Amino acid sequence: MNHAELHKKLIAAARAQAPDDRVPYAFEKRVMAQIAARAGADQWVFWTRGLWRAAASCAIIAVLLGIISLCLPKTADTGNDLSQDFENTLLASVDQGETMP
Amino acid sequence: MERSEAELIAAVLQGDSTSFEPLVQKYSPRVFATARRYARRESEIEDIVQEVWLKAFSKLKTFRGEAPFEHWLMRMTVRTCYDFLRGHQRNRESSFSEISEPEEDWLEKFVADPASAPEDADAAKLLIDKVLEKLSPPARLVIQLLEIEDRSVKEIAELTGWSVPLVKVRAFRARGEMRKILARITQDKYL
Repeated sequence: MNHAELHKKLIAAARAQAPDDRVPYAFEKRVMAQIAARAGADQWVFWTRGLWRAAASCAIIAVLLGIISLCLPKTADTGNDLSQDFENTLLASVDQGETMP
Repeated sequence: MERSEAELIAAVLQGDSTSFEPLVQKYSPRVFATARRYARRESEIEDIVQEVWLKAFSKLKTFRGEAPFEHWLMRMTVRTCYDFLRGHQRNRESSFSEISEPEEDWLEKFVADPASAPEDADAAKLLIDKVLEKLSPPARLVIQLLEIEDRSVKEIAELTGWSVPLVKVRAFRARGEMRKILARITQDKYL
């Protein structure tokens, strides 16, 4: 059996077949309807995708800040909290007045 | 007045999607003819062509107008057909037992006298379709473009996005694959 010859014959047979270029009825209308449907869907996809991305990035930032606050070394407690410091600053002039002769 | 292709494309890019319809009308026969070379069932062919047009619409921004729109579209068509072949690889697993009587007769004629087996016979066309279906997706694409459509290696590289050396390697392998398939058919029937 001459395989090279068979190969040639079969390729010639394939070449002899003219491809059918028939287009189904109203095919372009179907394509245009699909495109229109996609364009409508794309608007929603745009917004939902944006909102999901924003939500995901907020969640990531929250998690990172949580990790950072857990990892940071705790400062030594001096016993003074913010309210105490505020009060001392506000009443500093009064305290000075009391000590003055 | 009929608008030129460039005007239609510009209008689509500016948001007038209805300007895409004349392009679909004009080039669908060409896209269908190409898709019918790779798929058999009409429903699959329509799916391929529809996908080509949807891709073309969504990627129209990437068309720079340096080459004709038809070339850009045919590249997309060939790549979509290749994706289709890759997605339907499992269909190739069947054996050659389904070779019909006319195909067997044609092969017998060929064995007796190669010149007496006409290449325009329906049996030969059916047989080559079956052989092509058994090839792997890259082999089928290369045989189709290089041997059946008689395109150059450079053209195939442009159509498929493969490099020229890769096309050559795949063409070499494809011929080997086809030889093996032909050997298998003839071994089953005539040895």
